[in-house]
Amino acid sequence: MTGSHVAARAVWGAFGLVLSMLCVPEARAELHIDITHGISQPLPIAIPPLIGEGENGQLGRDIAGVVTNDLQSSGLFRPIDPKAFIQDVSTGGPPQFGAWRQVNAQALVTGVVQTQPDGKSRVEFRLWDVFAEQQLAGFAYTTTRQNWRRIAHIIADEIYKRITGEDGYFDTRIVYISESGPAQNRVKRLAIMDQDSANNQFLTDGRALVLTPRFSPSAQEITYLSYAAGVPRVYMFNIDTGQQAALGDFPGMSFAPRFSPDGNRVVLSRSEGGASNIYSLDLRNRSLSRLSDGTAIDTSPCYSPDGSKIVFNSDRGGSQQLYVMGAGGGGAQRISFGSGKYATPVWSPRGDLIAFTKIGGDGGQFSIGVMRPDGSGERILTSDFLVEGPTWAPNGRVLAYFRGSPTDKSGHGGGARLFSIDLTGNNQRELATPGDASDPAWSPLLR
Amino acid sequence: MIIRMAGVAAAMLVLAACSSAPPPGAGAPISGGIGSSGGRFAPGSQQDLAATAGDRVFFAYDQSDISSEGQQILQRQSEWLKRYPQVSVTIEGHCDERGTREYNLALGERRATAVKNVLVALGIPSARIQTISYGKERPIVVGSDEAGYAQNRVGITTVNGG
Repeated sequence: MTGSHVAARAVWGAFGLVLSMLCVPEARAELHIDITHGISQPLPIAIPPLIGEGENGQLGRDIAGVVTNDLQSSGLFRPIDPKAFIQDVSTGGPPQFGAWRQVNAQALVTGVVQTQPDGKSRVEFRLWDVFAEQQLAGFAYTTTRQNWRRIAHIIADEIYKRITGEDGYFDTRIVYISESGPAQNRVKRLAIMDQDSANNQFLTDGRALVLTPRFSPSAQEITYLSYAAGVPRVYMFNIDTGQQAALGDFPGMSFAPRFSPDGNRVVLSRSEGGASNIYSLDLRNRSLSRLSDGTAIDTSPCYSPDGSKIVFNSDRGGSQQLYVMGAGGGGAQRISFGSGKYATPVWSPRGDLIAFTKIGGDGGQFSIGVMRPDGSGERILTSDFLVEGPTWAPNGRVLAYFRGSPTDKSGHGGGARLFSIDLTGNNQRELATPGDASDPAWSPLLR
Repeated sequence: MIIRMAGVAAAMLVLAACSSAPPPGAGAPISGGIGSSGGRFAPGSQQDLAATAGDRVFFAYDQSDISSEGQQILQRQSEWLKRYPQVSVTIEGHCDERGTREYNLALGERRATAVKNVLVALGIPSARIQTISYGKERPIVVGSDEAGYAQNRVGITTVNGG
């Protein structure tokens, strides 16, 4: 059990991270959370500090802290207070499962942080089933020390995957619009942070009004709307270089951009003569194809994950509803038929659901909901004065959105904040931001 | 809005009258009658447009139809624009906050275009009129109630460079 037999090896290029899989015996999959039907009892898990000498000891504590926070935030795990721990893991040695059973831990995470001769850090972790007294997962990661938060998120993703059977979503970032200043002259900046609110950075200076950012599939580029040239237009921001450039060269307002799943296209809306239609811009040759045609407002387009279809909202039938058409345009099928208006459809990365903003019903409230791509199975997850703009975590199990509050006559209130919610409608929690925030977009997994 | 602008103008006149040292011309009779701000504002300026014709038309929720009141305002705007042929304008389309961001950008553009289309039909060259949508991004008044929303569902004719 202690042998670190290397069963698999992978290198993630830009990140410079080497992964080794530690020997895992064939385990009966007793420890499992079924996340499809809502969670009754979060799984008790013990995450003591990873062991390390000197400064690696602090790193081990920091990594355990990030893993703890990630798993706790999912609502599926209940990390046990370290004060309750009986076994002192700092001395090393195999887990004393009896001691962990006494604190009601069903799962246990152990690990070691070492510095290699080349200066890189080697982080080893193992996940244990306390009652079966078996190792469920084991990996070692080698990378530069500054990547420690990402290592922690990757460990949390592995634990999540091993216990739930679903991919995790912790090694991800969120791009959003940071807001400040009075409602009538709001300053909006492009901002980006890790999924757990760490490493917040502002990408634009606030001189130009910017809105509605979306990640490229590589998470290296962001497409968004900017008023930088006076007229609202679609822009591209390169995270590595910090370069911003207008996308395409055509007159009028362009808005509501989203990448295609292969990253080769951006689908967007253009306004002409009061109508708004959907276009696809090929990033390889900058050719623009018109996908919808009419006098209606067709906007907020989003590709299906296989790239074959586009869902969008349109008022062509009189009120704002959701429609699905082929990725090449043409006839569109209305899929939303409930009372109220439907907007901002986003296709789940799993393909099984479309999330939306709904306006109306009782008291003109806003809601975030989901429905199947054929329009069946509509389910509201949350409602409030203003909730808007759902975005999916890459595993299709968690959504983020923003919630705004009303303003009084003197301008008080009117703030906006980011929230996440489980697909079951449970575990609603704020995603901490330095100030007001709106228009979140969740990145794919970074690796 | 016309009423409010007139109220502002009246208040200014009262202030001028009460001033111990009225500026030259303050007591001069207002000339020009209907269709002129009577020299209170620089001819061809935004304030002149607002006082003379009204610079904005309001819309119903999620609508872009020009009301009969809006038609009258745009009729006066067109007369004013014909008087100042050197002036070009940008129509700002705005929405209340009870819509989604992207739809409201489109709706604001549709409202601005509706205003432009009326002005063009009334004889103003299309090249003198630009449009821009602010969706729900730049509310005219704050306050999350119907009174505020009604003020924010608007097309505002703004004098370029003014």
